[in-house]
Amino acid sequence: MVYIIRRLMQAVFLALVMSFLVFAGIFSVGDPVAILIDPEATQAERVRLVAQLGLDRPFHEQYFIFLGNVLQGDFGNSFVYNRPALELILERMPATLELAFASIVIAVVLGIPLGVYAGLRHGSVGSKTIMAGSILGFSVPNFWQAIMLILIFAVILGWLPVSGRGEVGQFMGIHSSLFTLNGLKHMALPAINLAIGHLALVIRLARSGTREVRAQDYIRFARAKGLSEKRIVMVHLLRNILIPIVTLVGMSFGGLIAFAVVTESIFAWPGMGKLIIDSIHLLDRPVVVAYLIVIVMIFIILNLLVDLLYSLIDPRIRLDEVRQ
Amino acid sequence: MSLLSIDNLQTHFFTSAGVVKAVDGVSYSVDRGEVLAVVGESGSGKSVTGLSVMGLIEPPGRIAGGSIRFDGKEIANLPQAQMRKLRGARIAMIFQDPMMTLNPVLRVETQMIETIKAHRSMSWNKAWAHCRDALGRVGIPSPDERMRAYPHQFSGGMRQRVAIAIALLNKPDLIIADEPTTALDVTIQAQILHLMQQLVEEDGTGLVWITHDLSVVAGFADRVAVMYAGEIVEQATTDGLITAPRHPYSRGLIGSVPSRNVRGTRLAQIPGGPPPPLNRPDGCRFAPRCTFRKQGCEAAQEIRDDVRCWRVADLPALEEVSA
Ligand SMILES: Nc1ncnc2c1ncn2[C@@H]1O[C@H](COP(=O)(O)OP(=O)(O)OP(=O)(O)O)[C@@H](O)[C@H]1O
Ligand SMILES: [Mg+2]
Repeated sequence: MVYIIRRLMQAVFLALVMSFLVFAGIFSVGDPVAILIDPEATQAERVRLVAQLGLDRPFHEQYFIFLGNVLQGDFGNSFVYNRPALELILERMPATLELAFASIVIAVVLGIPLGVYAGLRHGSVGSKTIMAGSILGFSVPNFWQAIMLILIFAVILGWLPVSGRGEVGQFMGIHSSLFTLNGLKHMALPAINLAIGHLALVIRLARSGTREVRAQDYIRFARAKGLSEKRIVMVHLLRNILIPIVTLVGMSFGGLIAFAVVTESIFAWPGMGKLIIDSIHLLDRPVVVAYLIVIVMIFIILNLLVDLLYSLIDPRIRLDEVRQ
Repeated sequence: MSLLSIDNLQTHFFTSAGVVKAVDGVSYSVDRGEVLAVVGESGSGKSVTGLSVMGLIEPPGRIAGGSIRFDGKEIANLPQAQMRKLRGARIAMIFQDPMMTLNPVLRVETQMIETIKAHRSMSWNKAWAHCRDALGRVGIPSPDERMRAYPHQFSGGMRQRVAIAIALLNKPDLIIADEPTTALDVTIQAQILHLMQQLVEEDGTGLVWITHDLSVVAGFADRVAVMYAGEIVEQATTDGLITAPRHPYSRGLIGSVPSRNVRGTRLAQIPGGPPPPLNRPDGCRFAPRCTFRKQGCEAAQEIRDDVRCWRVADLPALEEVSA
């Protein structure tokens, strides 16, 4: 409990620091008035707008006004869409989240079995093939890989659609294109494209973990007890290789949400990545600020979840010791 | 018929550097209710012999020759599926480092109950009660609560007790204990030793007690097999070996047992070290370190009445080591 409270206080502090950095950064980037105002406007109109937006006040005053609004959930209106910035972002978030989720699931569900297999059958042809594949998955540039995927599966084979998000279905109150066949088809290529790099990493972690753990005395003792190979791998080995994988997944998930920009652009996926790129071009300050703060919050929450998972997986880790 | 009889066992590791003959013609046997101590320096092949019996030798190693008969049945190179049924049920093994033999992320109850369920069908509740009783039997206080604990919540000695309880769960006929006390404090060592002695006596279990410390063996083992460089150099009753060791290596070992030395004198040590496993001398492997070496030792290999020394009859009478 003490741990949770301390973590939450850290999170609040972190969010404050971030909000300041983001605000200061944006403040120094450019003058939004130049974009907002009609070039024909008179000087008087100009002054009025500046005063209305509060841009005539000193930096620290602007920051505290901004902070006060943010605390009430008000990130301001988008200059471009003239709608609340947070609303715009939350609207796009499900598309990005489902894409990140699908690619993490692909990476983990394929990566752990392949890595464990490669670790158990070290030196076999199968193991060498898997490792060669993972090196390839690592080193191919993301955009080139995306184009190849499109070329093979959409253009040549014609199995999958190239761009956009498919139909959105509903399941247990959640709206997502994960729940329709058409949605899944649309998601397949971008999700695979995002997954490949992480899949390669999960394979490597699972393999090195397996090789380390299977040489441990407790695995030998488990064999000496007459346990089946299946139980030894599924229970004794798997739990012990999970910690580095959970760390990776936690970090990747944040990364996938924040930096899915390339993939979202190539596949015209209507997620936050595309929105933020457009907003940066247009100097749409409230949207950029809101986006960055939302991302920071997501990272903080993911970190917290990873720590909680650690203590569930490994009883030797007590929450208050995770970060001191 | 012995419970376990190993005959001319060869267990080799086929490494890229060459063939390591870790076990090179070992023979010994154990009866029900008997305690056999296997002693020898590090690397002499004690553990590999034990693991061979368990069918736990992994590539690049394999049993390359000889026979292992358990309860009258040949088990060397038995298919894994059949070997698995013996392991943990009829032959159990305990390892050296109790800090490492229990899985750190699983509760003690999980690690115990699975040992029962791997071999017979029993309801979870019944298995749980059975395991709790087993913990109590090895002297773990408040076993009901300790069942739910994780290994890191036990001390080293208590963990070894848990491992022993696990080994005994299915009432095995034979236990192979691979230096189970080496990693523990001296007082804990004595407790564990006493516990094991009592348990195997109660159950009539055969016990192979692997150690490199002869002082642990006295008053506990019925017989001793002395191993050197993959071979057994001498087998004798414990009393026989301690009062009248015959092989020059055994004599050296007895000389290096502290209790037989007068306080203040230096511990007797055998000069030199064992030959590298990839490059062992022909003939007697102990010859390069042997004080009684003479011409002909480099060629001799034979066993004369249970001692692997061709000159055992003409060796000088044992001098009193303690003055
Ligand atoms: N996996 C392996 N690959 C190659 N050689 C091995 C392997 N395992 C054991 N050996 C070799 O087998 C020999 C005997 O090892 P073993 O573990 O049986 O010795 P030990 O008598 O139990 O020694 P200790 O007292 O240190 O436990 C050693 O020389 C070792 O190098
Ligand atoms: Mg050993």
